[in-house]
Amino acid sequence: MFRPILSLFLICLLAITGFAQTTVTGLVTDNLKQPIIGATVLEKGTNNGRITDENGAFNLTIADVNTAILVVTYSGYEDNTIALMGKTNITVLLKDNTEGLGEVMVVGYGTSTKKEFTGASSNVGGEELQKLNIPRVDQALQGQIAGVTINTNSGSPGGGAAIRIRGLSTFGDNDPLILVDGVVYDSEGLNSLNPNDIESVNVLKDATAGIYGVRAANGVILIETKKGRANSKPTIELSTYFGVQQAARKLSLLNATEYAVIKNETFANGGDALPFSNTRLGDGTDWQDAVFQNANIQNYNVTISGGSEKTTYSIGGSYFSQDGIVGGDKANFTRMNARVNLNTEMSSRMRLSSVFLYTNEERDALPENGIGSVLYNTINAFPTDPVQEANGTYSYLEEVSDIINPIAQMQNTYNTSYVDKFVGKEEIAFDITKNLTFTNRFSYNFALVDQKAFSPLVWYGPGKAQNSALNANLDPTQVEIAPGTLIDRGASVYEARATYSDLNFESYVNHEYTFRLIHRLKTTAGISVFSRNGKGLGGTAFNIPNNSIEYADISANLAPGGFLNNANSFQFQERLLSTFIRTEYRYGTKYNGSFILRRDGSSKFGPNNRYGIFPTVSGSWMFSEEDFYGLDKIKFFKVRMSYGISGNDQIPNFAYRGLLNGEGVYVFDDIITSGAAIGRAGNPDLKWETTRQFNIGTDLKVGKRFDLTANYFIKNTRDLLFQPDVSGVLGTAGPGSYPPIINAGDVSNKGVELELRYSSDFTKKLRWSTSLNTTYLKNEVLKTPDGVEFLPGASFGVGGNIATRFQEGYAIGYFIGYETDGVYQTQAEIDNSSVVQDGAKPGDLKFVDQNGDGKISFNDDSDQKELGSAIPTFTFGYNVNVSYQGFDFSANLYSAIGQEIIRNYERQQPYANQLTYNINRWTGPESTNENPRLTTDLNRNTIFSDYYVEKGSFLRFKNIQLGYTLPKRMLSKLKIQSTRIYIAANNLLTLTNYQGFDPDLGSFGGALAAGIDYGFYPQARTFMTGLAIKF
Amino acid sequence: MKKTTIQLTSICLTLAALFASCEKFLDLNPLYTQDAENYFETPVDYDRALIGAYDLLQSSFITVWIGEIASDNSIAGGESVTDTEGLHEIDNMTQDAVNNEIRSVFRWNYAGITRVNYLLENKNKIDFEGKDKIIAQAYFLRAYYYFELVKYFGDVPLVVDRRLGADEVTKLTRTPKGEVYAQIETDLRNAEAVLDWSAAQKGRITKGACLSLLGKVLLYQNKFTEAATALDRVISENQYQLIDDYTKLFSVANEGNSETVFDVEYSGAEGGSYGCLICLEGNAAPGFHGIRQYNGPEYGDGNSYNLPTEKLYNSFAAGDIRREASVLDIDAFIAAQPNSANITYAVGGGGHTGYYNNKYIKRQGEIGLPDNDLTSPVNYRVIRYADVLLMAAEAHNRAIPANDAKAREYLKLVRDRVNMPEINSGGTQLTQDIWAERQYELSGEGHRFFDLVRTGEAAKEIPGFVTGKHELFPLPQVEIDLAGGNWSQNANY
Repeated sequence: MFRPILSLFLICLLAITGFAQTTVTGLVTDNLKQPIIGATVLEKGTNNGRITDENGAFNLTIADVNTAILVVTYSGYEDNTIALMGKTNITVLLKDNTEGLGEVMVVGYGTSTKKEFTGASSNVGGEELQKLNIPRVDQALQGQIAGVTINTNSGSPGGGAAIRIRGLSTFGDNDPLILVDGVVYDSEGLNSLNPNDIESVNVLKDATAGIYGVRAANGVILIETKKGRANSKPTIELSTYFGVQQAARKLSLLNATEYAVIKNETFANGGDALPFSNTRLGDGTDWQDAVFQNANIQNYNVTISGGSEKTTYSIGGSYFSQDGIVGGDKANFTRMNARVNLNTEMSSRMRLSSVFLYTNEERDALPENGIGSVLYNTINAFPTDPVQEANGTYSYLEEVSDIINPIAQMQNTYNTSYVDKFVGKEEIAFDITKNLTFTNRFSYNFALVDQKAFSPLVWYGPGKAQNSALNANLDPTQVEIAPGTLIDRGASVYEARATYSDLNFESYVNHEYTFRLIHRLKTTAGISVFSRNGKGLGGTAFNIPNNSIEYADISANLAPGGFLNNANSFQFQERLLSTFIRTEYRYGTKYNGSFILRRDGSSKFGPNNRYGIFPTVSGSWMFSEEDFYGLDKIKFFKVRMSYGISGNDQIPNFAYRGLLNGEGVYVFDDIITSGAAIGRAGNPDLKWETTRQFNIGTDLKVGKRFDLTANYFIKNTRDLLFQPDVSGVLGTAGPGSYPPIINAGDVSNKGVELELRYSSDFTKKLRWSTSLNTTYLKNEVLKTPDGVEFLPGASFGVGGNIATRFQEGYAIGYFIGYETDGVYQTQAEIDNSSVVQDGAKPGDLKFVDQNGDGKISFNDDSDQKELGSAIPTFTFGYNVNVSYQGFDFSANLYSAIGQEIIRNYERQQPYANQLTYNINRWTGPESTNENPRLTTDLNRNTIFSDYYVEKGSFLRFKNIQLGYTLPKRMLSKLKIQSTRIYIAANNLLTLTNYQGFDPDLGSFGGALAAGIDYGFYPQARTFMTGLAIKF
Repeated sequence: MKKTTIQLTSICLTLAALFASCEKFLDLNPLYTQDAENYFETPVDYDRALIGAYDLLQSSFITVWIGEIASDNSIAGGESVTDTEGLHEIDNMTQDAVNNEIRSVFRWNYAGITRVNYLLENKNKIDFEGKDKIIAQAYFLRAYYYFELVKYFGDVPLVVDRRLGADEVTKLTRTPKGEVYAQIETDLRNAEAVLDWSAAQKGRITKGACLSLLGKVLLYQNKFTEAATALDRVISENQYQLIDDYTKLFSVANEGNSETVFDVEYSGAEGGSYGCLICLEGNAAPGFHGIRQYNGPEYGDGNSYNLPTEKLYNSFAAGDIRREASVLDIDAFIAAQPNSANITYAVGGGGHTGYYNNKYIKRQGEIGLPDNDLTSPVNYRVIRYADVLLMAAEAHNRAIPANDAKAREYLKLVRDRVNMPEINSGGTQLTQDIWAERQYELSGEGHRFFDLVRTGEAAKEIPGFVTGKHELFPLPQVEIDLAGGNWSQNANY
């Protein structure tokens, strides 16, 4: 059924080739006389064309060989245009620009080539990302680019990642500016981008990103979507993959017998009654087995692209769906994309470029991260309790009130969000003269975000905080709305809709002027007007009929008098107004210089500091073009340098003024009465933080096959924008109140980046290419606010002591706590110790007296020391591709080395389950010097020490793939250009000493919470198989 | 070239013109919310700011905890010793400068003070009828918050009638306790002079609350004669009366009764979570005090915190109904129920005494919205008339010259209500009797530790209490650091 229709379709497409009169034959080769396979040979001004075969040969029927002009193109080679002038057999030579150096790259309001560009940037082709079959672009970028670190904040379907370009430079928002075809995307919104739609990703890492001014300090990522090629027939690409995900790793937890034995001992040590009279309980329940499941992932994709002489197009559509390894379809993420990218010459001087992206997303989410999350409950649930009791009810896990049955929790969670996103751009470029182009573009990013969460009446057991019912019969709670008047409070549904819209108008001129042949001056100047608006409305309604998701809509609510129902709303707007100019001067082919100046006005800041000016200078020297250059082996040798200033304005709106949006609520006459309170304290002198960045780098090409790029950078960020913990005397600890956002503190990131690439001669049968990128990074806080020694960060445990800090001389968010030196074995050892440790008993961790005063101080930090940092010293990305005949193999590895992780997913509760390392707890003198005793007594073993810090280094096989491309002959009858099938595994193997689920850990709660593992949703291991067909 | 230049120039000029007209484009104003600097335009603005200042009274649960747990009345309890670890350290008198609960006390009270100061900084912006009453309530609140701070920390930075800029913090010093007390007295006298004996709304501060708190503040400074004067004014006005049934004092139904001098008001009509205890509109104490995993009549399940000690239970005289009303003997209670075999509860890993706080405890029929461990509608009785009588008795007994007859008269009122015999002692024995009476009458209400410290009895009663150290709590180290590290720590910490 499918095949005839397909054939018919193809016949229709081909019908337009028309009648033939003369056959021209030919051969396309590179300058080494090797045939080029798959080059496009097209008769100019027509759709008449052919692709060269495996011998590089083609034949084409031409109406008039005397006037016809052929255009021969192949990617990686320069185009060649040949007038036939009556010839019927030709050999076409395509000049290798393997150098890749001639490739056009987008650098912001203009283009450049790798050869000429004076900044530090890295480019990744869309194909390299697509091949990984990773649903999110940012996750796919991990390990692809030196200097770009990507950590996963959550492995759940649709979960986010953190992108850091050249380190953490600020306290607050470290996200780079992301532009998709020039349209601003926030990193959150990257979920909606289909990796298959991407043509290329270019990352501007150094100060040359300063063309984007006040938002460029964290670097800029420029993503271009696929475009069609002029004068090419439509090509249709279909691709699909299907995979199964599984938990890559489980924690090693106690089984029922071990648990009972250890708990008995713990309680006995505390002088309490033993909880288990019988400890022979077998293995009990493996809650991880009960919670983790295999989950499907699937993707279908179609792209049609092509072009006529004046118009090119690329149209794409896709469907993607992923279930969660925790929760299955309760954690599903589904995305549908549609895309049109259209470029047309409206007249000889006017070009329209139009991009339209539509995304529909649906995401089901379970509670994640820390207390209350499904995984938290899974880790801590008692192996002695069954998942379900004999009567079918879910077990209550009664002894701990904040641990509930994770299976019951998943069943009772209904939380879905829906996104409809429309992103696009209309751009008209007008050539005023040959050298002067005037471009106006309007872009928009509009998102409609709906959320629906249904909270049925549930009973997880006595005393559980998550209970919404009064008892196991699911009787509703009663609410007294007036003295003596009680009403039921049944199941509820929360619904919300928010709209976000970005509108951006940009207008600029590009001028190019060459004089005396060797001087070229390129100038870009323009303005940008940007506005972002958001508004939302949400409401909760109670007494949903039948306690059922089937009626979970506000319209169905039966709340008497609507007394309990409530609604809320929000709105915001923010704006940017910018002017910019860039002048680039080139002397001959040797010297390039560039100067950028941007002035930005941002509504984020008050009248005192609304406008900022951001300059950048950069230059490059093509050493290899010098007459005296004599290194034959190194074909290309460029040295670059840049220095400039860029800004970061990513703070909440109106932080410069104090608003009365705090919570000032009290009860009078038994009624909750709203008053007013200052929310965030204002700071009228607030301004953007500035990053001054110096970069020196080189681009080399050794022989024809080996590329090297190296950069050294110093990036200093001043006047950091953050909301530090401030003195309680300022009164910002009240409900709904926050400390002011201030500019204080300096941070430095220094680093070295190296990118190496080798590709073998791809005309040979066995072809291979490999690339390695590595980054060395040193992060250091240079200054804290005046009079403040350090700023406290995230805390350890539940309401425990502060474990991370922002402090001069250390990395951002470094870990600070007590150093341990084994375990006290005997009372005599404690008594005879030269160091007094208050409250120590045999079996307790022995802390190290850092200041040598003979006493461990728990009052202040005098005995605390640096215990690590979440920032890796080195990161590596390694890719290898090999192909032989029709087979191809590729592997993608990522490694981060030198960082630490805080093990913070263990709930320090007498009944909570524990990791198996506790089997080797201290039980008596000389039993162990590693793990402390377990007891319900008050002790200091749970304060933050190096006992809870683990090495986080890891090496991960992100993607391994084996493919086979069917021989063309087999398919030529179907007009199929190529068919590739493959099998692949993502996240197949991770080598690490870390005990937790996943060492590739992002941050939940800002820069100072990085490296703290709250038991987050790990990334799955995925096995998949896929198919790609090109017509 | 020339033509190009002209074209380029004209484009630039057009763009520049367009741009210049746009500068106003960035002048955005926040929507639907008021600016802190643009406020106090209407009488309602003043009252709303006052409500914001009242809000921090709802931090009272922490005083109920610390005031009892630090004393000999109760232990910390709870799920484990690491759960709210600060309370366990306080229980053991091992608290140090890193203690979240102590820090909360510091921060929440200063948040209240800051909100009062914000209002008072603007007190002259407009005039309207009734403004004086709003200002007077604000004075009371400031006095209340500073009194809490002085009780816990001694010398604390005194900031009055203005908000601080972030850069001013490092210049602050700890104001001597005496000066802070002087400000508290001034504020209370200013408030008392304006407010009436009854307020327009339940929960608003009255003249009686001002005078009673003033009496208490004076008592804490051992200014007995002045304290007696202030408290006598409350008593002689006959505004208040002890209610008959002591056992019903702490129910929601009995709120605002004739014995209520000053309550912190709570409501169960708003849900809440552990993420922000200070954001709650309900009282977190009853749920925390509730019986762990309890499954039975009358009470609700809770977190088994703040568990009364056997010492407290045994200190009551035989036949004193206040023992059962104050301390719940859970096993005895269960045994007395008709279906006692079916009633279960759990023992927390943080400690167990067999007793529960029976004044502030989660009871069926007094349960707020989820998480109902946190949202009890039960008001916290800050000052009851019985407390006023006992404070007055103590003031008269310890004043020079003493008036023991008056003291015994007040003491008799308190004891009569619970059918306890009259006390006929005098002098220091009477002082001891009054102090003992305070424990019987007020245990479980957050007064005990501060009473013991105030009267110099703490070292005698509290195991581990070190004289010269534990009278005050340590200033949170993080607060010292954030203020530039210049404040000295309290003695011996």
